[in-house]
Amino acid sequence: MKEATGLLAREKGRAFVLAGGTDLLVRLRTGFIEPDLIVDIKRITATRSIDVRSNGFRIGAAVTGAELNEHAKLTKAWPGVVEAANLIGSKQVQGRCTMTGNLCNASPAADSVPALMAAAAKVVIVGPKGKRTIPVEQVPVAPGKTSLKKGEIIESILLPKRPPRSGDAYLRFIPRTEMDIAVVGAAVSVTLDAKGMCTDARVALGAVAPTVVLVPEAAKALIGTKMDKAALDALAAACSAACRPIDDKRGTSEFRIKVAGVLARRAAQIARKRAGGK
Amino acid sequence: MSAIHVTTKINGDVVDYVCEADETLLDVLRNRLGLTGAKEGCSTGDCGACSVTIDGRLTCSCLVLGAEADGREIGTIEGMAKGDELHPLQRKFLEHAALQCGICTPGILVAAKSLLEHNPKPTETEVRFGLAGNLCRCTGYDKIVRAVMDAAQEMRRA
Repeated sequence: MKEATGLLAREKGRAFVLAGGTDLLVRLRTGFIEPDLIVDIKRITATRSIDVRSNGFRIGAAVTGAELNEHAKLTKAWPGVVEAANLIGSKQVQGRCTMTGNLCNASPAADSVPALMAAAAKVVIVGPKGKRTIPVEQVPVAPGKTSLKKGEIIESILLPKRPPRSGDAYLRFIPRTEMDIAVVGAAVSVTLDAKGMCTDARVALGAVAPTVVLVPEAAKALIGTKMDKAALDALAAACSAACRPIDDKRGTSEFRIKVAGVLARRAAQIARKRAGGK
Repeated sequence: MSAIHVTTKINGDVVDYVCEADETLLDVLRNRLGLTGAKEGCSTGDCGACSVTIDGRLTCSCLVLGAEADGREIGTIEGMAKGDELHPLQRKFLEHAALQCGICTPGILVAAKSLLEHNPKPTETEVRFGLAGNLCRCTGYDKIVRAVMDAAQEMRRA
């Protein structure tokens, strides 16, 4: 890893990190980028494993969508994160694509990123000046742009340990049933107490702003409630209010604002059910 | 970027080649090694015509650099039949006439083989979902799905 960051830091031209390559190679082939250096990180051991730790999961940067899906413990603890990652592309793409790549590609419509934000995931960044750990929401700063500095590589994603009675879910709207880019994506993660009261929540939306956005107001609408109709109405309203979407060929701004609330409400109901709520 | 020497295994045979650093595995297979079964459809990972397996995992060879194949095991459509003996999927594609222009067929066969290795008894929905990454520009999906279902049944009996 030190060698890889050294190579990236020393390169005077345009340098890129290659993990799954499902975005990088497309940009390379279309002439969108002309790299002077590509560093393939897949053979660095630290990027290749999913580790179960006392404080949660550590997912290496080059772990593929298919590998996430095959990890029973991860799928059980964070079904929303895994389902979001598995929505990306086809079987062929799942065999290569990574959540870290999805995050670093910094698309506002990235499917796994809202789920990671709702999960309070962090990333471990390795660079010329050593390691640092930051929340996922601090990585994308604009469409296609991240806060990573020259020579820095995301080594892994950290997902926290789940308290009992917790659940998460991710839903997206696309015009087809498979293989498309989100018009709106919504992720919700909740923790309930023994009486079914929501004690903790995080809500994130994709494709409704220049970056994926965390919506604290929507989370507040759930905390301290039994996630009844009034709470879900408040959640949906907070989500719609947080949208700053554009009009494009996938959907109008007005449509995205409305659908963000609808999807967040449905995702919250699934998350609640997964947390064991009646 | 400079040329890179790669040693890999393709359909069980050790293969050496030199490729450009930014050259895709698909271009290496087709232009350097004469393995033209994998086709270039979209070059963006949407159509699946270039499907191969790498270490047993289905992928689009247009989304892989030739240099990445070093030390891996690549499976292509050329390795599917054993000599003159067709793979059951290949036979069933002929029986069901599950191809029209044929451009998508190699990729679909590689993807279907991978699907049946992971799930020997798929439902029709699972076949359609599993092959969602393979586009048939003639839109002949029904016959393809029927051929895969039939081959799966025969392979289970074997």
